[in-house]
Amino acid sequence: MTDFLLELRSEEIPARMQAGARADLERLFREQMKAAGVEHGAITVWSTPRRLALIAKAMPQQTEAVSEEAKGPPEGAPDQAVEGFCKKNGVTRDQLEVREVKGRATYFAVKNIPGREVKDVLAEAIPAIVRAFPWPKSMRWGEPSISSESLRWVRPLSGIVAILGEDLVECEVGGVASGYATLGHRFHHSGEITIGGADDYIEKLRACHVIVDHEERQDMVRAQAQAAASAAGLKLVADEGLVIENAGLTEWPVPLLGRFDESYLDVPPEVIQLTARTNQKYFVCNDANGALANAFVCTANIAADDPAVIVDGNRKVLAARLSDARFFWEVDQKTTLREHNRKLDRITFHEKLGTVAEKVQRVAKLADWLVFDAKAPNGDHKLARQAAELCKADLVTEMVGEFPELQGLMGGYYARAEGLPDDVANAIRDHYKPAGQNDEVPTAPTTVAIALADRLDNLLSFFKIGILPTGSKDPFALRRAALGYLRLVQENDLELSLDTVVHAWEGRPNASLAEKVSEFLLDRLAVQLKDQGVRHDYIGASREWKGRTDFRVDRVEARARSLAEFLTGEDGANLLAGYKRAANILKKEGYEGTDRIARTGEEDPLSLVDDPDVGSIVAERGKSASYDREPAEQALVEALAKAEPAANAAIAGEDFGAAMAALATLRAPIDDFFDDVTVNDPDPAKRSARLALLANFVAAVHKVADFSRIEG
Amino acid sequence: MILALHDFWSAKGCLILQPYDMRMGAGTFHPATTLRALGPEPWNAAFVQPCRRPTDGRYGENPNRLQHYYQYQVILKPSPPQIQEWYLDSLRTIGIDPLKHDIRFVEDDWESPTLGAWGLGWEVWCDGMEVTQFTYFQQMGGFDCKPVAGELTYGLERLAMYIQGVDNVYDLAFNTQGVSYGDVFLENERQMSTWNFEVADTDALFDLFRKASAECKLCLEKGLPIPAYEQAIEASHIFNLLQARGVISVQERASYMAQVRDLARGSCEAYMAKYSDQWAAAYPEWAA
Repeated sequence: MTDFLLELRSEEIPARMQAGARADLERLFREQMKAAGVEHGAITVWSTPRRLALIAKAMPQQTEAVSEEAKGPPEGAPDQAVEGFCKKNGVTRDQLEVREVKGRATYFAVKNIPGREVKDVLAEAIPAIVRAFPWPKSMRWGEPSISSESLRWVRPLSGIVAILGEDLVECEVGGVASGYATLGHRFHHSGEITIGGADDYIEKLRACHVIVDHEERQDMVRAQAQAAASAAGLKLVADEGLVIENAGLTEWPVPLLGRFDESYLDVPPEVIQLTARTNQKYFVCNDANGALANAFVCTANIAADDPAVIVDGNRKVLAARLSDARFFWEVDQKTTLREHNRKLDRITFHEKLGTVAEKVQRVAKLADWLVFDAKAPNGDHKLARQAAELCKADLVTEMVGEFPELQGLMGGYYARAEGLPDDVANAIRDHYKPAGQNDEVPTAPTTVAIALADRLDNLLSFFKIGILPTGSKDPFALRRAALGYLRLVQENDLELSLDTVVHAWEGRPNASLAEKVSEFLLDRLAVQLKDQGVRHDYIGASREWKGRTDFRVDRVEARARSLAEFLTGEDGANLLAGYKRAANILKKEGYEGTDRIARTGEEDPLSLVDDPDVGSIVAERGKSASYDREPAEQALVEALAKAEPAANAAIAGEDFGAAMAALATLRAPIDDFFDDVTVNDPDPAKRSARLALLANFVAAVHKVADFSRIEG
Repeated sequence: MILALHDFWSAKGCLILQPYDMRMGAGTFHPATTLRALGPEPWNAAFVQPCRRPTDGRYGENPNRLQHYYQYQVILKPSPPQIQEWYLDSLRTIGIDPLKHDIRFVEDDWESPTLGAWGLGWEVWCDGMEVTQFTYFQQMGGFDCKPVAGELTYGLERLAMYIQGVDNVYDLAFNTQGVSYGDVFLENERQMSTWNFEVADTDALFDLFRKASAECKLCLEKGLPIPAYEQAIEASHIFNLLQARGVISVQERASYMAQVRDLARGSCEAYMAKYSDQWAAAYPEWAA
């Protein structure tokens, strides 16, 4: 048993691709070894900007010999058949063995595949791994690229080290041959380094200023950047993405703290942080009060004698970037948001949906309605309209052109700078929130109105022209818009009914659009609540209101939550079992109600019970009987007579907890009924009455939720 | 600095060329790059190219952003295996020591929609400043580069700022007698920024764009890819000016870019068509 080292050296590999490349290298190696039948121990992979490395422990020197045999035709079969068998198995006729199979002499081809040198297996595997490597982007290079067939790699492949134990695995791919030699740090070490094997690889490179282990480099960046900030009396703004990126850009990371001119702090801190982060990959720091400090931490790739030179260079670059940011900040403020807004009619929102200017008008109208007419929070009509009209103006500012992720935020700053009310500035700033699952949800009335109106306009507009998300494709982020809508409704306890929203949006009722969008929202609600332990079938059981899709997601959610709570309790679980049993009996008996109750639905024979006339008939039927009821039967009749009106009243008042509690009173009577009473009585009158009673029970349960959609 | 680079790259086998006498956004537009990147013949050249990027104008207010500046361009076809080492040696030659300054190769893939071209490579950072664009051309004018050329584009002002240790481009010493870069170019930046952003007659520019486009097509009809390509360069620059004037809407922008790309692509196609038989005969593996 011996260890294997593979290093694939390359010109600088993009930092963002390294994690994927490590995983791919390990996966491809495992696949190759498995296909060749090579057992191995633990595998470790590392990356630096200039190399991918893999060490596989405990490799054998040889693969095991394998003997394979194949049964052929019987002796005396036509020559053609025998020749064909030989050819297929790669043996000659005289190598065939003859054995008895069920009394017949039969040909066998026995192939002894000898064990192979693992070194030879590896020599074939390495070029295969290199050729199959799935880089997100790859390129050709150098003289061989005169042919379209030349090797592709992320950047030119420059060297291969492949050592099994102490032996070189000789291979070649794309004109690069394997060897013992690698290179150290690009500047701190000149000339080649000879690697002995897996054992000395890491340490030999460390001696040549290369930290091969990416996690170790990440730890260095994190710890030293923090230390540099602390030493200056500051606190590093943690940024794990930057830690990983800087570790992916360096073989010998050296975080260094620098200062920039304090006057740049006039520019919004988010802009400074983004400029430093995106363009320069610098960390920023806060002062003792938590405010952004005029400091940055860059990560050099060399241990210079005079780091101040490097820091000073970086400071100049950041100063130029910040100077640009300040230029945008100042230029943008020379124009009011209302003037910026005029340019929105030049930006297409979607080819079938007109310009952003038109969208803004729709959003303003809807926001206006939301604060005024809907049951949304009591915002101020004038402020909402003003904020909505200006909410997209920053899209045409220089700053957002440079940093699209600052949309909203910059609009908020500019609004404040030109003296617009705080409510308006905050609404412009926050109307994209919540952006992600963990993002905070706005609660200020004006902001909520704009945020809702913006999302509703997206959903309604795209659904209206039939552009819906499919599978993994959701180019207009409608799923995210739906989730944002749900969270805004949830956090603000809103009772928005989508049919009235659509009416306000389109200026006329459009039930089919309201229904489509409601269905979509409820599907997203099911996904959202699944993470919170509310099963999707509870949503399914709650998604209809008065026979059609419920236009209010808050109501569906409240009902599903009550249902979840009820069904996880003992009463609920037993009642569900009773319901299922009753429904099964009705189904089995083909129960269609009596002559006086029309069959109306496929699943629910008594859905007409909503009709007060029929309801009273059903209730009436329950009270009298042409025979003496058994005690358990009588108890169920009485329990139903109490529970049903209670449940109905609770549902009408949207108090789902109370509705469930009313159902809970049926649990003992239905259990007793099934224990003591025979439904399928020989007397047709009894049988019919008992079936009607069960139907009555099922109907009562259905009014609270569609239990037929509950699984399990 | 330019002379040092000329000496260095000349010793590596490069032809030393002169700037192209047209307004263009980058050295890559120089026919010695664009057209010569096509086809199988080896080609090694180095030259200075003045560049104009109207939208980068800052009225002389930004310490290192200019609407007119100089690039040093090296093209090596096919890309030699030691191209990175040579490049680093060239930095040492002009006085940048990679043990004193932090030199990094940071992913930056290059794409020029108006040239129908792309490549993979890096921006080279010197203490966090991008001083060179380093690209392995993969396609030009919509054609695969066979073989691939390596292109190095040095930002001369930025490198000079490093070497002289100044913060502001306008403070660069232009000679040893006290003449600064600002003395030579500051007023130029101010006036040109004003013209680019505020004054240039947009009707005349639209007219020039149409004329360049028509002229390019005429040259293509006559089988003259080089003059056709010159008109594509012209159209591209006029388009940039129109952008700076802010008169091209988002929708129109895509359409104008497509027009410029078609001109450039058409020129490259015509260039390929003119020589491909000759190349195929001399380089069978190229044609395969």
